[in-house]
Amino acid sequence: MPSLLFCGPKMAACGIVISIWGVIMLGMLGIFFSTKSAILIEDVPFTEEDIRNDKNPPGNIYGLYTQVGINCFIAAGIYVAVGAVSLCQVRLNKRQEYMVT
Amino acid sequence: MVFRSEEMCLAQLFLQSGSEYDCISELGELGLVEFRDLNPSVSSFQRRFVSEIKRCEEMERILGYLLREIQKTHIAVPEEDESPLAPPPRQVLEIMEQLQRLEMELSEVARNKEKLQRNLLELTEYTHMLKITRTFIHSRSRYEEFPTMETDSVSGCTGMQRLGAKLGFVSGLIQRVKVEAFERMLWRVCKGYTILSYAEVDENLTDLDTGEISKSVVFLISFWGDQIGQKVQKICDCYHCHLYPHPENDEERADVLDSLRTRIQDLNNVLHRTEEYLRQVLQKASESAFSWVVQVKKMKAIYHILNLCSFDVTNKCLIAEVWCPVSDLANLRGALEEGARKGDATVPSFVNRIPSSDTPPTLLRTNKFTSGFQSIVEAYGVGDYREVSPAPYTIITFPFLFAVMFGDLGHGIVMSFFALWMVLTEKQQKKKRSSNEIWETFFSGRYIILMMGIFSIYTGLIYNDCFSKSLNIFGSAWSVKAMFTNQQWTNKTLQTNSLLTLDPNVTGVFTGPYPFGIDPIWNLAVNRLSFLNSYKMKMSVVIGVIHMSFGVVLSIFNHLHFQQKFNVYLLFLPELLFLLCLFGYLVFMIVYKWLAFGARDSSQAPSILIHFINMFVMQGKDLAPLYPGQTGLQIFLIVIAMLSVPVMLLGKPLYLYWLYRGGKGLRRRRGYERVRRVSEDDTSAAASYEDDDEDEGLDEMPGREALPKEFDFGDVLLYQSIHTIEFCLGCISNTASYLRLWALSLAHAQLSEVLWGMVMRLGLRMTTRVGVVFLVPVFGLFAVLTVSILLVMEGLSAFLHALRLHWVEFQNKFYHGTGLKFLPFDFSLLPSVFEQDGLL
Repeated sequence: MPSLLFCGPKMAACGIVISIWGVIMLGMLGIFFSTKSAILIEDVPFTEEDIRNDKNPPGNIYGLYTQVGINCFIAAGIYVAVGAVSLCQVRLNKRQEYMVT
Repeated sequence: MVFRSEEMCLAQLFLQSGSEYDCISELGELGLVEFRDLNPSVSSFQRRFVSEIKRCEEMERILGYLLREIQKTHIAVPEEDESPLAPPPRQVLEIMEQLQRLEMELSEVARNKEKLQRNLLELTEYTHMLKITRTFIHSRSRYEEFPTMETDSVSGCTGMQRLGAKLGFVSGLIQRVKVEAFERMLWRVCKGYTILSYAEVDENLTDLDTGEISKSVVFLISFWGDQIGQKVQKICDCYHCHLYPHPENDEERADVLDSLRTRIQDLNNVLHRTEEYLRQVLQKASESAFSWVVQVKKMKAIYHILNLCSFDVTNKCLIAEVWCPVSDLANLRGALEEGARKGDATVPSFVNRIPSSDTPPTLLRTNKFTSGFQSIVEAYGVGDYREVSPAPYTIITFPFLFAVMFGDLGHGIVMSFFALWMVLTEKQQKKKRSSNEIWETFFSGRYIILMMGIFSIYTGLIYNDCFSKSLNIFGSAWSVKAMFTNQQWTNKTLQTNSLLTLDPNVTGVFTGPYPFGIDPIWNLAVNRLSFLNSYKMKMSVVIGVIHMSFGVVLSIFNHLHFQQKFNVYLLFLPELLFLLCLFGYLVFMIVYKWLAFGARDSSQAPSILIHFINMFVMQGKDLAPLYPGQTGLQIFLIVIAMLSVPVMLLGKPLYLYWLYRGGKGLRRRRGYERVRRVSEDDTSAAASYEDDDEDEGLDEMPGREALPKEFDFGDVLLYQSIHTIEFCLGCISNTASYLRLWALSLAHAQLSEVLWGMVMRLGLRMTTRVGVVFLVPVFGLFAVLTVSILLVMEGLSAFLHALRLHWVEFQNKFYHGTGLKFLPFDFSLLPSVFEQDGLL
């Protein structure tokens, strides 16, 4: 099987750091979007029609909030996968270093 | 961390001749004292221990060669945890012998190896040549028949009779790059009487002289005539071709090829064995290489120190003068006893403390936490002897001022984690000892970064700023609903206005201040910056005045310690009064306005700036006062501030002049008291600190009838007037300088907002299915930009400005920083030449 190693030790370490940061931050963002915090209103992609043509205000906006929240959670999940891949790379790098010296 | 630097004394060490090496070795291990040079006029070649140092350098040269060879073969040099002691003189010869033997062996083996490799290259080339010329001959043999050839004894190359003329062959190898020129030269010189055929060699051969790997070309020249033959030979020489004898026929060629093959195989074997032997030798040497390096380094250092000492008349005893901290004198004695014991001395070496009028060096003891802060203070200037050190306060004020400029919760958390990782893995990092200077700088400042990060978390909570978003922890105190319930706003107001103002005077809108920090609703407000600017500017001025007053107060301790009590009344008091009457009053006005005016009467709140300016120009009778009695108080403060300027300007020079002239009989008694106090005290302290124009009264030692020192009134007055102008104008400019706390925090907040708005928002605003995956790289980009721009760039910027505030605005109120640092003789502090070359 060809070597699964495709990045060096520093790149893999960066990968782990960004993944951990991503998981935590996107997770918290997801929570804050799900609880519909007002501070994040600018980040929700609502348009004028959403506000005007709302049968049940502010249902549309709330729906968009939950949507973005779910997006954040999915992205956090992807970062978990990226983190796992980076961890494997780190382990492979360590093993290779150990074998060479 | 200490308040002021340690008390030092000058001591004389009397080292007995036999044991001086061991005593100095002990002192080097402990790193207690700094040696002074007792032979400054002697050049380094005339000193006593020059031959020993030359021997050490010879050993270092051999060690350098050894380490380079070890590095070439990629053998790791194992390092021991404890460094070995300096070897006694009898062991030195052993080490020297071993090293010399190793050097000889290594150079011999290297030479042999080179010879063998040259040989191998020749044989390989010959093989290639034979193989390739075979194809030439065979391709030509389709057209021609070659009758028997005879060796021509004159030209040495095989020739054959053909058409009445002798056909000669010259074959060999030439470098690829030279082939065209070679061909052209042959054509021009030999005028067509030669035929050159050539083909490239597949294998890349290393040219041993230059070490390059280049392509070679095998050529075969056939020529008619002797003269041509000689010319061809000369041309080949000129182009540095490697010529090999051309075989006459195929059988000969096959024989030669066979023999070459066996010879190459043998050579390869021998080479392999040689390399293994070399590796073995180097492996064995590498085991003790580290300890040899350390031992030689220590030995050389000891001999350097011995060169600084002087021999006494009887030549039995070595005298050394050292600066030693008074608290370490007992350790010093212990070290000398230990050294004497090791050197089997009959007479013990001893210490004798001597008085001195030189200024001792400054020593401040630090641990791994405080050393970072001490080094940033010392980067400005090492403190004078026994001066108050600003370092202990810097541990708190520096991270705090950094955090005021950096205040962001999220960034603070990332910075703290980074610093925490460095601190927790510090043992492994210290062992690694990377050669990257930038990393070394960050690593040595890890505790500073940790403190900065923790303080940034605190200020981030106060500014309520986390990656440019506010956190609503306690629930906002502002209520929009209340504007509707009180009939201030209706649906029509919403539809006709794009911006609306919440009125805190309406009941229910503003329910009191937010418990900790800035209310999160400000994050949504359009006039956020006007509110925050006012707050941050006032806060900067308040912090600045407090910091500067603290600096002025610290100067009292210096004045009292150096026995200049008059400075307290003539310098410190006017300085403090000037600062507090003007800028302290400004701080008072700021705080008063915050407390006295609320939401109800905020429209009548006067501008502090106008009042402050009016205070100076003594106008503004028509302005509504902030509080009753304001004009009176302001006039009083201005008068005090104005009066303190001439006191600062003329007080000290006049007082010193009065002292010098004989203060109406009071001076004799005073002077006597002072002299007595001085001789009781540490003699080096009082006499050494002051400038020469300040100390006339004190310099009257036992010879009281002697003339006092020169007192130049003009000089003192000039110095004092410069100090006064600097202080007074500096007060204003330094207070304004603290406004950078506001400026940088504003810049940081805005950068953070822009980064979120331009990067993260793009990812969050996508709601399509693809948008989810888009968020992943967008967040990665956001993280990278946050670290590089906001953490590294802004962090360095805030670090620099906080440092400047300390160095200039804080320290010029009390700190002189013109001292010398105490550099003890310590083996662990000596740099290693090999480490610098990257060999160890």
